[in-house]
Amino acid sequence: MAAYTLKVRRFQPETGEGPYWEEFDVDLDPSLSVLDGLLQARDRDDGSLSVRCSCRAAICGSCGMKINGQSGLGCKTQIGEAQEKADKFSHASSGEEEALPTGDGPAPIVVEPMGNQPVIKDLITDMESTHWAKIRRVTPWLLPHGDPPEREYVVEPESMIDITQSMACIQCGACVSSCLSMEVDPDFIGPAALAKAYRFVGDPRDAETKERLHDLAFDPHGIYDCTHCFSCIDACPKGVAPMDQIMRLRRRAIEEGVEGDPNNGANHVHAFTKMIEKKGTNDEALLIQETYAPGIKGKLKPTKSAIKGLVNSLPTVLRAIKTGKARSLPKLIPGVHPKLPDGAQDEVKAIYAHAEDHREEFNIYISGEEDVVPEPDETVEEEA
Amino acid sequence: MPTHDVLVIGAGLAGQRAALAAAEQGVSVGILSKVHPVRSHSNAAQGGINAALNPEDSWESHAYDTVKGSDYLGDQDAIEIMCREAPEEILHLEHLGVTFHRNEEGKLGTRAFGGASAARTYYVADITGQAIMHVLYEQLMKHSESVARYEEWFCTALAMDEEGECCGVVTRNIADGSMELFRAKAVILASGGNGQVWKPTTNALICTGDGIGMAYRVGAKLMDMEMIQYHPTTLAGKGFLITEGARGEGAHLLNAKGERFMERYAPNKMELASRDVVSRAEQTEIDEGRGFPDGTVALDITVVPKKRIHEALREIVLVGRDFAGVDITREPIHIKPGNHYTMGGVKTDVDGRTDIPGLYAAGEVACVSVHGGNRLGANSLLDTLIFGRRSGVDAAARAKRMDVSRPSRGVLETEETAIAAISSREKGSGRRVSEIKLELGTTMDAKVAVFRDEAGIQEALETVRRLKEEAETAYIDDKGSIFNQDLLGAIELSYMLDNAECSCVAALERRESRGAQYRTDFPERNDDEWLKHIDLQLGDDGPEISYSEVTITQWEPEERTY
Repeated sequence: MAAYTLKVRRFQPETGEGPYWEEFDVDLDPSLSVLDGLLQARDRDDGSLSVRCSCRAAICGSCGMKINGQSGLGCKTQIGEAQEKADKFSHASSGEEEALPTGDGPAPIVVEPMGNQPVIKDLITDMESTHWAKIRRVTPWLLPHGDPPEREYVVEPESMIDITQSMACIQCGACVSSCLSMEVDPDFIGPAALAKAYRFVGDPRDAETKERLHDLAFDPHGIYDCTHCFSCIDACPKGVAPMDQIMRLRRRAIEEGVEGDPNNGANHVHAFTKMIEKKGTNDEALLIQETYAPGIKGKLKPTKSAIKGLVNSLPTVLRAIKTGKARSLPKLIPGVHPKLPDGAQDEVKAIYAHAEDHREEFNIYISGEEDVVPEPDETVEEEA
Repeated sequence: MPTHDVLVIGAGLAGQRAALAAAEQGVSVGILSKVHPVRSHSNAAQGGINAALNPEDSWESHAYDTVKGSDYLGDQDAIEIMCREAPEEILHLEHLGVTFHRNEEGKLGTRAFGGASAARTYYVADITGQAIMHVLYEQLMKHSESVARYEEWFCTALAMDEEGECCGVVTRNIADGSMELFRAKAVILASGGNGQVWKPTTNALICTGDGIGMAYRVGAKLMDMEMIQYHPTTLAGKGFLITEGARGEGAHLLNAKGERFMERYAPNKMELASRDVVSRAEQTEIDEGRGFPDGTVALDITVVPKKRIHEALREIVLVGRDFAGVDITREPIHIKPGNHYTMGGVKTDVDGRTDIPGLYAAGEVACVSVHGGNRLGANSLLDTLIFGRRSGVDAAARAKRMDVSRPSRGVLETEETAIAAISSREKGSGRRVSEIKLELGTTMDAKVAVFRDEAGIQEALETVRRLKEEAETAYIDDKGSIFNQDLLGAIELSYMLDNAECSCVAALERRESRGAQYRTDFPERNDDEWLKHIDLQLGDDGPEISYSEVTITQWEPEERTY
């Protein structure tokens, strides 16, 4: 048993008051969860403390919330670990200016409703108008061709294991809560719905693969709206790794010849990979040019969309200069990129060539979430 | 007044399957659930679903295993139907998009499971229930024009017409607290089990026996309520489930001395004997001092190859790591028997019909009875799907031949008054709802568990009856309308207490040991007197007992060894 303080972001819609913070003191074993702490507070102190929950075992996906600013499941976050994080975590949350009191005692564990979703009451958010609307956006059911076979569809065993990773999604919304792209573009289809989309794109029984990919690539809020920030991978309690699924969608889109999207997504992928292959490093300025005007070696192809794309990216470039992200002037001139020391670029090129020859889809159901470190007396098994 | 031909209460596997089957018949369907459908407890079914789909296997073999597993209390006509229709159901699910495990040829592959004479369990890693349920929900989204979804609506009572037929349900929209009377020509209860009556339990917090309670209150018969399954492998204290699939993949059970003790209890099937047998073996080891100090024995999964663990038991890797701090690929994990499943429930026929016209039940809320005294692993998903579908089809047929009947609005007013009464209790007027729940759960787990005797059950029954009185004055804190979970908790408590009372009465009545009911004061099975179901019906002073025959088609009771 240990004592903890939960500092909960509360909102009681019927009082007419705005959101407020309330602290609850609880006593429980450090191995129990933050949800157990909340339920103790509800049982002992205040039955109006509202949180969706059911299984307590990270299966049902009800208790998505932010704990010390990190999106996840209340039932899967051990309260002892949350306390350790809280001690390091000195500010209430992003956007909160007020720093928490830093007295002598341990810092409270900060619990808030999920982000990117309207709050209904306390930790309960409106997932219907956000998360579920996005799920429905991706035509979330199998579209097979013709009548089913008499027996089962015969498919590659690996294909089922592959999509089982996205089937492992429990629709908790933690990835949506953490998604930085969605903060900027609320219409972004988002990590959960796109992972769901991959479940069909990767399913050999589905007959609309190319149509689905075209739809998601051409939508301005689709697969090219993701900025690879990895937040969803951090947040996901089930190892679905939504961003990986989005990257698979992109690879499949290009494999299926889905090109020419108005987001210049496919162009960007080609520009980037070509550059890494040829130069072994990223030349940001050239990348912008190649993304919008690919084709003629380093020369600008003055099409309308190219000019529009370049002009539209000017504010980003200016911001990069202003904030110091783009520091050296030569970096702004396409093709004039300083060489990296010690042949680093050649090494990157070698890695690129190796990866092209040994392409492996990383899947938790095959290799395990963490690398399996062999015991000294074990021989290393090659994973299929 | 929202009106549907068929109204389904509960949106786990049984409910979703029933709704889709009814809609396929061309009637209007509504499905109503107190949680979003994908939060339903069918998610927790990890290991798989049984079917004799392999040409070398036969439905008769599956049926015999099920009959034997039930300790001959299962009704064999119903078991035959379930096992015969199982292969087609698996193929149907596969065609809808369930990502079942494949063998090297790319065809459906199986794993071994407890109490089964062939490897006939089809699975998706160890998220089988979740995978099937999410695929059915995909279909509900696809068919949203023919199936109306009422997500996060709570049912407080069934509505009856003057002829005593069920014609609707009183509900509360959780989002805003408004009360609504739904009208339907047929109501299908698919609201799941009652594991929360016990503490700890593998069951989710939502499994509060609502459907059993509501059906009981309008006079439906309940059956086999004494048959409560304790699962052999649950995490001590927290009650989390470790799938039987672990033993199916070859994991061993060890006592504190490192002995593979199942050799003494089930020398042939070892760890894969029926659940009641394994749970009793473990409890005996623990009670006789061969367990660990924390009241457990050990499940050793390290004997399963690591690659296979990651591929097939991934969820258990996470459960071990996150909830017990154990890497199951490297060390044994401590487990004990824990409350898991209710074989009993609302008595139905093979088409889900209860003895109240218009009221159907399917899945864990129902008792057909295909599980009898003990359910085999991987038969519960099958039960939900087969009898969910059959209920949906039959309810649709009923709806087609019926005129709509009109429930009296009186029932809505009664429910509104009851809720107002709960809300009006002042703080301190009685005990907290949470205190009563805790006392109920720990009492039931102590007295109506793996081993039972008359004195213990009697004590539990007296406690339950006292708690029922205390619940009348228990108070809640939340007086609001929007997402008032506190209020719902008080209503759920009343369902739980009815469930508990019925289980105690039935357990006290059955003076023999059969399946999950092991009476230390009557340790033998007694077919002469007790090869029969105990039925319970609400009377003036609680449950009234009657009996019904067990249907035997081709398997006469035999001694049960594994």
